[in-house]
Amino acid sequence: MTTRTRNVTIGEASRPALPRHVKFRFDETRQAWVILAPERVLAPDETAVEVLQLCDGERTVSDMVDRLAAKYAADRKDIGADVIAMLQDLADKGFLADKGAVSHE
Amino acid sequence: MSETGVTRIESGIAPVAPVARDHVIPLAVLAELTHRCPLQCPYCSNPVDLERAGQELTTDEWRKTLTELAQIGVLQIHFSGGEPTVRKDLAEIVRHANDVGLYTNLITSAVLLTREKLKDLADAGLSHIQISFQGSETIVADRVAGLAKSHDKKIQVARWARELDLPLTVNAVMHRQNLHQLSDVIQMAVDLDADRLEVANVQYYGWALKNRAALMPTLQQIEDCTRIVEDAQTRLKGTLAIDYVVPDYYAIRPKKCMGGWGRQFFNISPSGKVLPCHAAETITGLAFDSVRDHSIAWIWENSEALNRYRGTGWMPEPCRSCDHREEDFGGCRCQAFALTGDAGNTDPACALSPLHEGIFKTAEREAAEGASQFIYRNFSGGTREEDVINRA
Ligand code: SF4
Ligand code: SF4
Repeated sequence: MTTRTRNVTIGEASRPALPRHVKFRFDETRQAWVILAPERVLAPDETAVEVLQLCDGERTVSDMVDRLAAKYAADRKDIGADVIAMLQDLADKGFLADKGAVSHE
Repeated sequence: MSETGVTRIESGIAPVAPVARDHVIPLAVLAELTHRCPLQCPYCSNPVDLERAGQELTTDEWRKTLTELAQIGVLQIHFSGGEPTVRKDLAEIVRHANDVGLYTNLITSAVLLTREKLKDLADAGLSHIQISFQGSETIVADRVAGLAKSHDKKIQVARWARELDLPLTVNAVMHRQNLHQLSDVIQMAVDLDADRLEVANVQYYGWALKNRAALMPTLQQIEDCTRIVEDAQTRLKGTLAIDYVVPDYYAIRPKKCMGGWGRQFFNISPSGKVLPCHAAETITGLAFDSVRDHSIAWIWENSEALNRYRGTGWMPEPCRSCDHREEDFGGCRCQAFALTGDAGNTDPACALSPLHEGIFKTAEREAAEGASQFIYRNFSGGTREEDVINRA
């Protein structure tokens, strides 16, 4: 059974995780976090880094948003929209799996 | 190997700072482990003078090289060739790359792989596999590859790759004699559950230049090709990502080859030479330095051949005074050499090159004449297709 990374739709109940072909790590040379994927190197911004560090396949998007909203004392709605948009962007590239999703197959 | 591009420094989520200097440490490096290959593609991008097995870097030399690459800040390694799976130590090399933190990609023709070997590679930490296809079905594909039963084998290996959860890129090199199969190639990639499809039109230097008359597409074919790709990109969004390389003979501006000569990419040849691109040895008269003699960091800074066409200082007219010189860096040096005899000229793919018009006309004429015979790639300088048939 392969990890589905196609047509993933991110919502509050999703449990996002990076699939094995996507690596998220700190690049010592450039002193920056990077996402390594086939033929691509992406540079996540500070917020994206924080969200990605929470993507363990266990935590739901809803939990992440709660956490970030509390931490920054910000409006949950705004943070939620930003987090989902950012994760959906990654999912559309095929770089994010959703462990909480029911398989479409 | 295939017409693989440079890893894009991409703003997935946020933009990456633009390159300020005339060269930076590459994000990705191409390691050509060998020039040996069971296939004989007439467009192969390897030099016509192939390096022999005895000259190849040993396992230990590759280990040392990979460690150095990781230390200077390279993030991804593409293992290619020739056919990288010819090397019995491939899994060991992949494991070492993985251990030192490099993201590993295998670029292969797949015909030598078994399920077991593929599993070993996956276990060694391989992150991605790219399989080249020569068409959408056996008759055309096996003829282009110059190897019977190769297409069916590739299909089999692609399925194994997906069973093993390896993400798959299908690389399809297109030319006049297989462009009619493009729609089927796209469907094939979908059926194989590929993540990505690279539709790469042949680039004409090295072996491909020898075979230009048999490979050059017609303008009509290119227009159809672009339409089919664009349509599929929209239709398959979220299912299959499609990258598209157009043949620059029919372009007005040349491609920004490898992001600029020696600027953000290099390639290591089977014997350890550090090259600005996989075709650079088609340019005769340049001496490239080897990892056997110097550290990679030293070569990247000091190699005469790399410094020769870096930046814009070397440029002749019309590039020298052109507003586009920082955008395309005068195009491809290999193509300039292949078509003008001097790598220091403007790439004739550029409409501003005095040679552009003539070359475009030649390409059009060759495409219209429709010569179909190939010269197959091998270690003896090439074999004509009719000789292969006569012998059989
Ligand atoms: S002959 Fe074909 S498969 Fe072999 S290295 Fe050349 S392009 Fe690749
Ligand atoms: S003249 Fe040179 S710099 Fe200008 S577009 Fe043509 S190749 Fe590029």
